[in-house]
Amino acid sequence: MTQLPTHTAKKLGLVVDLDTCVGCQACVTACKGWNDQGYGAALSDQNPYGADPSGTFLNRVHSYQVQPDVGAAQIINFPRSCLHCEDAPCVTVCPTGASYKRTEDGIVLVNEDACIGCGLCAWACPYGARELDQAAGVMKKCTLCVDRIYNENLPEEDREPACVRTCPTNARHFGDFADPDSNVSKLVAERGGYDLMPDLKTKPTNKYLPPRKKDIPQEASLLAPLLDIQATGFAGWLDKVLGKLG
Amino acid sequence: MTPAPSVILFTVLSGMGFGLLAFLGAGFVQPAGWAAFFHWGLGYALAVGGLSAATFHLGNPQRALRAFTQWQTSWLSREAWASVVTLLLLAPVALSDWLGLGWPRISGLIGAVACFATVFTTSMIYAQIAAVPRWNNWTVPAMLLAFELTGGALLSGQVLPALIGCIALILALYAHKTKGDVAFAKRGQTLGKATGLDRVGSATVFEHPHTSPNYLMREMIYVVARKHVARLWPIAFGLGAVVPALLVAALPAHPLTFALAALIHLTGALASRWLFFAQAEHVVGLYYGQRAV
Repeated sequence: MTQLPTHTAKKLGLVVDLDTCVGCQACVTACKGWNDQGYGAALSDQNPYGADPSGTFLNRVHSYQVQPDVGAAQIINFPRSCLHCEDAPCVTVCPTGASYKRTEDGIVLVNEDACIGCGLCAWACPYGARELDQAAGVMKKCTLCVDRIYNENLPEEDREPACVRTCPTNARHFGDFADPDSNVSKLVAERGGYDLMPDLKTKPTNKYLPPRKKDIPQEASLLAPLLDIQATGFAGWLDKVLGKLG
Repeated sequence: MTPAPSVILFTVLSGMGFGLLAFLGAGFVQPAGWAAFFHWGLGYALAVGGLSAATFHLGNPQRALRAFTQWQTSWLSREAWASVVTLLLLAPVALSDWLGLGWPRISGLIGAVACFATVFTTSMIYAQIAAVPRWNNWTVPAMLLAFELTGGALLSGQVLPALIGCIALILALYAHKTKGDVAFAKRGQTLGKATGLDRVGSATVFEHPHTSPNYLMREMIYVVARKHVARLWPIAFGLGAVVPALLVAALPAHPLTFALAALIHLTGALASRWLFFAQAEHVVGLYYGQRAV
């Protein structure tokens, strides 16, 4: 149902570390791979080997160049997927009840059997987290790998979202934000994790960790103190005389 | 936002249709016999035609009936209810007019109010979306209701309501344009703020996440040429409101005058609705570094 729960027992979500993400796109591939074979309609591609390939993805990694006030520009890679907002505008606009937020863990999901593919939820999402699958005509979005995280047929270490499991630099973390002692809550507290577009009052669950401050390269020579030698004695007298001649 | 023909036709035609039905229901014009059949028929055809045009952009239109279930939160669901209830409320009056049954017109009066309520729910589908700053204000319902009033008055041949409608429309279009033109900037959203990278420095796009446009870009990131905007706004104002008002005021109140004025108004309405979608920028464009200027 499209009424948002007033409270969810857990707040499952992701922390994305912008400091360690190297933009390898492994999370994009792992996400597409996992979500292509289990939950709901497959993520279709249109014209995949043609001149204008296009397809449905639940996770996209942008690359930005950021110029700080001091120092060289940095490349910051920016994964973007559903933030599983507490006040998810995509849920309340849905006319059919296909979009919903789970009371038990806060995951925002789409019941594809009830989705008419009107696209209004994708319009309502400020983050571009939802994509209408062009083959199935239903809305696709990140499920937080709901078919992995509770799946007892998988080894315990695999019971986390595919993007988190695959990330080679540990830039993605999965956990419960309702628990202040969880790994994700601690990371957010330690590193100053932040919300995307908080002014839109969607209260995202997922948080982003800002890149750490880069060291400023030492430009002065390490020998600088040794170069400033004050001559004394004969050398000092010579220095003074020569200075007068010059 | 992409100006898809299905949503342009849906909002324009159903708005005009419900406008005409409102004037018929309220009894401003009370045709009898076949004249009633064609008047009411035109109203129903426009309203239902517009609504069915909206189903063309659905991915799975066979499940459209499910859209009636979520009226508690969803404006789209409320619109589905409002339009069906309105069309049903007016049906007895339409039958009575056509067949000369002389039934009481009370459901027509309620239906006339419901016509405006229906267009209000349509407008709120757009006005509720905070992610599209140009739409997220009161000028959207004001504009769509003014279009409904004007279109309905012209199609039902009412001089004074048509003039009032045209003036209301000019004001509403002006408010929507001026408020909309600064709405995005007023939010103060930039690429740096949307990503939170403004805490590091000034951010620009280095590389897109994909090499060719995806659903998001096709649906929500539509860049309009400035010259088209400059040409279409005068058309929207002129053909939508100014010319119809002048025609109705200057020419004798003949059905042909109203037919001509209504056709011209329809052209202006289509132009303004194209702009309504094409000029509306979604904040997701920020992540792609794409903002139409």
